[in-house]
Amino acid sequence: MSRSREDFREILRLVRPGSRVLDIGCGEGALLDLLAREKDVDGRGLEISPAGVAACLARGLAVVQGDADRDLADFPTRGFDYAILSQTLQAVREPRTVLNELLRIAERAIVSVPNFGHWRVRLALLATGRMPMTGVLAEPWWSTPNIHLCTVRDLTALCDDLGIRIEAASALADGRPARPIDPSREVENWRAEQALFLLSRPGQAAPAEVAPPTDDLFGR
Amino acid sequence: MLQTIGADGGVIRFGPDQPLRLVSGARLNHLEIAYQTYGALNADRSNAVLICHALTGDQHVASEHPVTGKPGWWTQVVGPGRPLDPAKHFIICSNVVGGCMGTTGPSSIDPETGRPYGLAFPVITIPDMVRAQAMLVDALGIETLFAVVGGSMGGMQVLQWAADYPERLFSAVCIAAAPRHSAQNIAFHEVGRQAIMADPDWRDGDYALQGVRPEKGLAVARMAAHITYLSEPALQRKFGRELQRDGLSWGFDADFQVESYLRHQGASFVDRFDANSYLYITRALDYFDLAEAHGGVLANAFARARGVRFCVLSFTSDWLYPTVESRSIVRALNAAGCRASFVEIETDKGHDAIFLDEPVLRTALTGFLEAGGQVRGLK
Repeated sequence: MSRSREDFREILRLVRPGSRVLDIGCGEGALLDLLAREKDVDGRGLEISPAGVAACLARGLAVVQGDADRDLADFPTRGFDYAILSQTLQAVREPRTVLNELLRIAERAIVSVPNFGHWRVRLALLATGRMPMTGVLAEPWWSTPNIHLCTVRDLTALCDDLGIRIEAASALADGRPARPIDPSREVENWRAEQALFLLSRPGQAAPAEVAPPTDDLFGR
Repeated sequence: MLQTIGADGGVIRFGPDQPLRLVSGARLNHLEIAYQTYGALNADRSNAVLICHALTGDQHVASEHPVTGKPGWWTQVVGPGRPLDPAKHFIICSNVVGGCMGTTGPSSIDPETGRPYGLAFPVITIPDMVRAQAMLVDALGIETLFAVVGGSMGGMQVLQWAADYPERLFSAVCIAAAPRHSAQNIAFHEVGRQAIMADPDWRDGDYALQGVRPEKGLAVARMAAHITYLSEPALQRKFGRELQRDGLSWGFDADFQVESYLRHQGASFVDRFDANSYLYITRALDYFDLAEAHGGVLANAFARARGVRFCVLSFTSDWLYPTVESRSIVRALNAAGCRASFVEIETDKGHDAIFLDEPVLRTALTGFLEAGGQVRGLK
């Protein structure tokens, strides 16, 4: 699952300047690099591949090799302002545990997932009777890392279950700017190709101050 | 402008006016530290790197060993175009206290008695080794080190530096180490020490005066330890059940190549190492427990090291100081709010991978040190 520019741009908008950020599944560190340059964040990363970590080291980033399912426990409680889990929740073994861990480690979590409720996914399943393969879900069922796919409604319900507050949500689509959504509206569960949530635990975080959307970060 | 300081090192002497106070309460009133340097200290004295050597290592990191005539033990990492480059860094490595390559140790002559210390040498610890290194760094006129780098016991010294002198470090690289010695680590060392002490030529540590050397005991100690530096797959790949000659001897000669290899390792080791040094340095390792010295909480050891950039590396097949030990270091660094990076390097070469050509080790070190060098303003 590649992380889109829209994803990065929306995360960049949500993160407060100068904050402490943990990027889980940070790859070669492109987002951390961007956050450090644009928002002056104190960033850390967790990445599963040694090659990814080595690339991050060469960028001067502080990144630990590890896996979201196993190694989040190594991070101290409330050591960060934001924990970012971009396009990865659907690929972990224990999404509930991981969500809880994110909000133990950080005041806020930024989580993005492909939406299995998107109309194109639903239509593909209905029409072909086979596991949908769309732009965001590019791999066949037997090789996809996505073992816990969900819809916007599913994730909203899980957050409810876990007592997690959704402070903001956006719909993301390739090549289009992020669109703020109310994730409880059924129509968004049809329309959003990917969704990004800003999460916190009630009583633990002051209300977020989010910068207004901008269009010029990538020089468009 | 580059300024050359002791381009090839030497020996620095500290007299009774600057004793080395040891953790045990004893002190060394006469301390000599033998060291090597590579490269030159830059004008603002910001490019110094201290390398900490492992149990049986020494200061000859990247130059010919005076006893064996072999190239340095870390030419994969130190040299032109390597992660630590004399063209860029001023690289220092000193023989540890208790060692036998020129720094004061049990085989040195005690100036107060005129005889070798032998077992009269005080028990030393990892913090003592580090304090001696800090004295050397002071004597070389260096206030802060760009990096302190080490593997195995050297990695433990790196951690000790971070605990004791964090304000003197810009970055720290700890490779295949542990924050304390495990029961298994102590057990293997005890086998080695017992082998030495069981050798009739050990003479209660007094062998030098009696004109003998406990070579058999020291060789066996080395053979046992050497197995812990390799992995089972590496041993199997290298030797399998291959024989030295055609057919079995039906006796106790070295029939198998692995036996012959270990015997060779043992025999060549005694030419360059002192048995009492082996006892003292293994003891220092066994006594090492960084958390215990900080209220039982490892993170406390790094409480003052938040400004240090850490790089922790481990090897998948290392069963001497396995990845889980490095992870516990990383966890403590994170808990202390330090800037830590960690890579587990995939290799089947075991603990020995520190000294071998591991491409990921090299790229990780290069990346970490280059990025740090940019922040530090090194050219």
